[in-house]
Amino acid sequence: MPIKTIAGVDLNISEEGYLEDMTQWNEEIAKEIASEIGIELTPKHFEVINYLREKTAAKEALTIRQVGKSGIVDIKGLYVLFPKGPLKFSSKIAGIPKPTSCI
Amino acid sequence: MKNLLILGAGTAGTMMANHLRPKLYSNEWNITIVDQYKTHYYQPGFLFLPFDTYTEDQVKKVGKRFIPRNVNYIQKKIEKILPKENKVELEGETLDYDVLIIATGSKIAPEETEGLIGPLWKKDIFDFYTYEGSLALRDKLRDWEGGKLVVHITEMPIKCPVAPLEFAFLADSYFRKKGMREKVEITYVTPLTGAFTKPTCSTALAYLLKEKNIHLESDFAIQHVDNDKKEIVDYEDRKIPFDLLVTIPTNMGDEVIEKSGLGDDLNFIPTHHNTLQSLANENIFVIGDATNVPASKAGSVAHFQAETLTDNILLYMDGFPLKKEFDGHANCFIETGNNKALLIDFNYVTEPVHGNFPFAKIGPLKLLKESVLNHWGKLAFRWIYWNMLLKGIAIPFVSRNMSFKGKVFDIKPDIKE
Repeated sequence: MPIKTIAGVDLNISEEGYLEDMTQWNEEIAKEIASEIGIELTPKHFEVINYLREKTAAKEALTIRQVGKSGIVDIKGLYVLFPKGPLKFSSKIAGIPKPTSCI
Repeated sequence: MKNLLILGAGTAGTMMANHLRPKLYSNEWNITIVDQYKTHYYQPGFLFLPFDTYTEDQVKKVGKRFIPRNVNYIQKKIEKILPKENKVELEGETLDYDVLIIATGSKIAPEETEGLIGPLWKKDIFDFYTYEGSLALRDKLRDWEGGKLVVHITEMPIKCPVAPLEFAFLADSYFRKKGMREKVEITYVTPLTGAFTKPTCSTALAYLLKEKNIHLESDFAIQHVDNDKKEIVDYEDRKIPFDLLVTIPTNMGDEVIEKSGLGDDLNFIPTHHNTLQSLANENIFVIGDATNVPASKAGSVAHFQAETLTDNILLYMDGFPLKKEFDGHANCFIETGNNKALLIDFNYVTEPVHGNFPFAKIGPLKLLKESVLNHWGKLAFRWIYWNMLLKGIAIPFVSRNMSFKGKVFDIKPDIKE
């Protein structure tokens, strides 16, 4: 498992760049991952990120629909915040696992 | 007398009736099962109907045939579950229960996507997750002259998450056999990051799309269908044109779950991942597609769940703590076309791996590798389903929890985004 230093912290990272342990995450780490993707984080981004982290901690599977119904942002707005792959990039920045299917 | 009530006589509900009837004294427990439909479908067969591999008769039978004689079978619509009163309202009657098993499954909800049920529905847009949809698609394919075939997943979770990919593989074979493959452009569209999302599978199976000349469009969350231009459009205005759209609409739990206030956004019921007890009510248990557990929505999963749930219901009735046993085990054949298939075995935490199944060293089935034998395994499974699985007969040598014998952890993920 690769180790990468982000925002001064040594982190276990999956081959695709997702944090292996969501408890290692902090806001500085989020900002650095986001800037690698080309996204500058605003308070709205953090509202979405914190929502995703709460749901993941509660072991709920995440869907775009669910974020759209969260009251934080609608789906179109989610695309504006995280263009070209909202769930993929928001998950990566939130330090949670990649959404997967069974293969 | 106490009452055990099972809602839904599909794969999971039927198996539970068969498991529990011989284990409960008839003078202590009544068992009742309710389902509004007369016909029990072999749903994995819906993948094969469009390609004329199976006939109608091979995928449907009268459901009552699979319910034990001393189980009360009621063919009525379920109106509402009243968990506080331990009652279930049906059309024209109300049933009391001491223990309730919800096995109401999941179904497609095409109305959730704007423009899906429009002028092109069942003309150039089809689903194959229903018997009717699958048959209509078969008739369409029989004399379709080619063009852009788009195989599309609306959103996760869906029943049998690999079926759309299998459909694309089988379509490639089907058009090759008909001598018209060069007239068909196949595109696979997914809201996920790729056709394969688990690193072991991406590494082992990425060649399949290339070999079959299937184009991939990933990270596509559909916003609407443009019936005039024949395009699917996502939230960023990305457009994918089609001549024939085979879509997997949003999958949702039954509306009775919503009416009863028991479900999440998609009407799936919050359920303990390992005991299968509902999180809200201790005398309600949930099995199969109706749960929100992060396992695949598939018959094999329901089969493994049924073994754990049977034990847990007996423990619950006798006042013992439940076993936290179910591990998300799934075991699925994946058709790859040309009379070959893959076999995968995995659970909540372990990705599909290489190896032999069910016996270490011997096999005879190979995991995560294409073989003709796996394809015959998939076809033989229809017999196993009707004759063993539904009746609750254990499949020899395949255990409820994932076994690590014969598994080879040799795949080093090498994907980069």
